[in-house]
Amino acid sequence: MWKSRLFDYANNTFITVLSIVCTLPLLLVAMVSISDEKAIQVNGYSFIPEAFSLAAYRLLFFGDSPLLQSYFISTVVTLTGTAVAVAITAMAGYTLAAKHVKYRNVLAMFFFVTMVFSAGLVPWYMISTALGLKNTIFALIVPSLLFNPFNLFLVRNYMKQIPDSLIEAAKIDGAGDMYIAFRIFIPLSMPVLATITLFYGIAYWNNWSNAILLVDSEKLYPLQYLLFKLQSEISMIQQMQSIAGSVTPTLLPSESVKMATAILTIGPIVLFYPFLQRYFIKGLLIGSIKE
Amino acid sequence: MSVRNRQRRGRSFIHEIIRNRSSYLLAMPAIVYTFIFGYLTLPYMLIAFQKFNYKLGLVGSPWVGFDNFRFFFASSRAWQVTYNTIRLNFLYIVLCTICALILAVLFNELKNRLFAKVMQSTILFPHFLSWVMISYLLYTLFGSQYGIVNQLLGFMQMESINWYASPQYWVQILVGTSIWKDIGISLVIYLAAITGIDGTLFEAARIDGAGRWKQVRYITLPLLVPTVMILTMLALGKVMYGNFDMIYAIVKDNGMLYATTDVIDTYVFRALRTIGNPAQAMAVGFYQSVVGFVLVFGVNTLIRKLSPDNALF
Repeated sequence: MWKSRLFDYANNTFITVLSIVCTLPLLLVAMVSISDEKAIQVNGYSFIPEAFSLAAYRLLFFGDSPLLQSYFISTVVTLTGTAVAVAITAMAGYTLAAKHVKYRNVLAMFFFVTMVFSAGLVPWYMISTALGLKNTIFALIVPSLLFNPFNLFLVRNYMKQIPDSLIEAAKIDGAGDMYIAFRIFIPLSMPVLATITLFYGIAYWNNWSNAILLVDSEKLYPLQYLLFKLQSEISMIQQMQSIAGSVTPTLLPSESVKMATAILTIGPIVLFYPFLQRYFIKGLLIGSIKE
Repeated sequence: MSVRNRQRRGRSFIHEIIRNRSSYLLAMPAIVYTFIFGYLTLPYMLIAFQKFNYKLGLVGSPWVGFDNFRFFFASSRAWQVTYNTIRLNFLYIVLCTICALILAVLFNELKNRLFAKVMQSTILFPHFLSWVMISYLLYTLFGSQYGIVNQLLGFMQMESINWYASPQYWVQILVGTSIWKDIGISLVIYLAAITGIDGTLFEAARIDGAGRWKQVRYITLPLLVPTVMILTMLALGKVMYGNFDMIYAIVKDNGMLYATTDVIDTYVFRALRTIGNPAQAMAVGFYQSVVGFVLVFGVNTLIRKLSPDNALF
């Protein structure tokens, strides 16, 4: 018995330590973002900065920062993209789960093939360009992100568990496919739909590879791409500085500005994460992807 | 006879589509999207054999046979980027699966549900960070000027390392980082699979006197095999595909790290963007797709022989 007890203690401790270690780097970025630039230059990054300063945030909010524009782009892209993507996936999920649909497995194969075989970057780029998406906001919404077969299979697997008797009862009452899909299947699948909402939402919010290939105009930069650019192009920060103008150029808070931007990009994730992650275990029953 | 059969089959196909038209209609957006971004991309692979010209397009550009492939395979880079891609993916698949399985078993032994929930959410969180964000995290750790790791090394009287110029460390760093990012999601998937195991199995085992370890060894782990197989298969299918988002966010165009970090995808990206030659980029992509497909097919055939139930298709 004591052996089992000891194991429990060790196990609890191990998992606690592990999860703390997992979050430490994030804490470090947060601390650097509120560190005084001089303190960074003298001591390097530090968990407990010698001097605190909100200069970075002040610069980001009141300087000539492209941050707000990018925030706007990312928000619009994420909201519209996620809404459409979840709708497309939920509807197709019904088709693949409904047992009276004879070719549901043929369709499943049709979607599955694209999961294991991809033509790669160049054709993707060609198609996106051919569709006229380049340098439009749709370049950030449509290619790669608007539909993901993996999410479709999650929805299908969940919907398959809905008992047939429910459908038969509805049919006897004269309900059509549309009614059954939208009034029975979709409401009953909320856990999995919440899960894929989170997946799509995060995929949109975190995407920057669409921007690097398909967007040139700075006005269309999503947040992550701005962050990507910021890391290598110090001139962006200098530009903000020249407008804000309050700090002397030698004390350009470049390190803390970078980290502050990074922290601001994860804001919405931190906000929505606790609500959506509860549905996870229920939504992620992946036991059998195939029939 | 056979003609009539075929006719009947054709008629029943149309009949089925008409009968369930609203069901098929619901899947239409997904079908159209997959057709355009999945199947319509395939013809473009042919530009690998062309001297591609944007004005002339796919139909008009002249054919040049294997010329575009020569450029890639004649250089030593071909084998280097292939090796890097497979090495990074393989290490990641194996280590992440093992770590996630161990963690799932440990989590399943936790008694306090609330504690388990909180810890699980914490470990899962990095999965939702973007690779750009993670490149910032790594920079705070490994940045040569202000980074924490070099501070620690200095504290221990060791010489500091210029991490961003030392390719020999980056396999470990990249694999470690991607495990850190993804272990939470694998954990959740495995925990979900464990929750799906019939509880009476454990009860019966307990009555027969099986301890905790024996239950793990003879019930939990064997019943996780299908899930592990599916996830590994899907991952193996992508073994030729480097994680572009990860590598390019972290390494960018830092040539000093290419020796261990440059993967096929970043190579293709540069061929397309910097060199601006889509045909040569496509030649590399073509090789990537074909080898990738052969691998998926091979692994699936092997699994179908060994244990048919776990094959993907």
